[in-house]
Amino acid sequence: MKVSVMECAHTSLSPDGFTVGGEGWGEGAASRSVCNVAPERGAAPSPNPLPQRKSRWGRGLSRAAVFIGVFALCTLAHAIDPLAFKDRAQEIRFQNLTRQLRCLVCQNQDLGDSDADLAKDLRRQVFEQMQAGKSDDEIKQYLVARYNDFVLYDPPLKAGTALLWFAPGAFVLIGGITLALVLRKRTRAHAAVTDIDSGEDW
Amino acid sequence: MIARLLPLLAFLALVGLLLFGIHWNEHHEMTEVPSPLIDKPAPEFTLPLLYEPAKTLARKDLLGKPYLLNVFGSWCPTCQDEHPILTARVKPLGIKLVGLDWRDQPDDAKRWLAQFGNPYDAVITDQDGRAGIDFGVYMAPESFLVDAQGMIRYKRIGMFTPENIRDELLPKIAELGKTPK
Repeated sequence: MKVSVMECAHTSLSPDGFTVGGEGWGEGAASRSVCNVAPERGAAPSPNPLPQRKSRWGRGLSRAAVFIGVFALCTLAHAIDPLAFKDRAQEIRFQNLTRQLRCLVCQNQDLGDSDADLAKDLRRQVFEQMQAGKSDDEIKQYLVARYNDFVLYDPPLKAGTALLWFAPGAFVLIGGITLALVLRKRTRAHAAVTDIDSGEDW
Repeated sequence: MIARLLPLLAFLALVGLLLFGIHWNEHHEMTEVPSPLIDKPAPEFTLPLLYEPAKTLARKDLLGKPYLLNVFGSWCPTCQDEHPILTARVKPLGIKLVGLDWRDQPDDAKRWLAQFGNPYDAVITDQDGRAGIDFGVYMAPESFLVDAQGMIRYKRIGMFTPENIRDELLPKIAELGKTPK
């Protein structure tokens, strides 16, 4: 890896907001641009920071450093890996599988889409395991063991992800109950009014 | 009265949530993926030494003493930022420092270390990045604190700073001494 061009290939937005790129775009264009969005975070700390804010600057610096590190991995080296699939079916299986896996570098891209060097390595790993006869689940397990459930776009339901799975439903439920209560109250109030002031239908 | 205040309270709760989010992001790195390898055995590896490629260093060779595995690359600008901190702040801690030259050309790495100095007790090379994947490395620099029994006790994603050395690394190293041999 020679280059460290600080941008993820494919992720640039065209002026009308649509992503420029090939087939297989899963989700919204805006969410894909994670690796281009934050260069302002890399801004150097002011030359003369106030002493009491030192740790804060330190944090800012380390954060900037993390971003730079991430950018450095997002290279422009556009590559269709020359992988020797056994047949078309295996190729389709490979593409389906890599689409369910998240790239650790450009974190809003899937593994099949990302041109980060690490994604290339991980694709190679997925391919080799496939050739060795591993099932999709085994390959996913292999990656989860190293990179956490985060690599899965469809995280499993367990204690650590319960909030992720149930919070949306809980919010809908809370909203629904609130709405029902408010509506019932209004209907009653309305009924009380119409009792007195009948005749007009609004 | 309370019913009237409810929307306001709901709004304030929402504001509180947003403020919490801002506060949380101040203290956390959003792109950081916590490693599932903490408190698990370090993965097996046998990798060539940078300066003696005919020789290898394996996981079992390092058992018996704790060490800090620092993932770096000559291509990595943040590693360059971290390098003086490793030299000035981490090396004096006395813990064995093993450099993992990740996805790099050995010649580039040698030139890089010649230019900036070599704080490592040993440097191993992982040119194709396979060992890095086993460690769950996804960026550089990353560092793993491995105890004498070969268990990963702490992982730092991103560069060491004087602050996180003080707040994270030092306590973790201190804990190592307490674990029964």
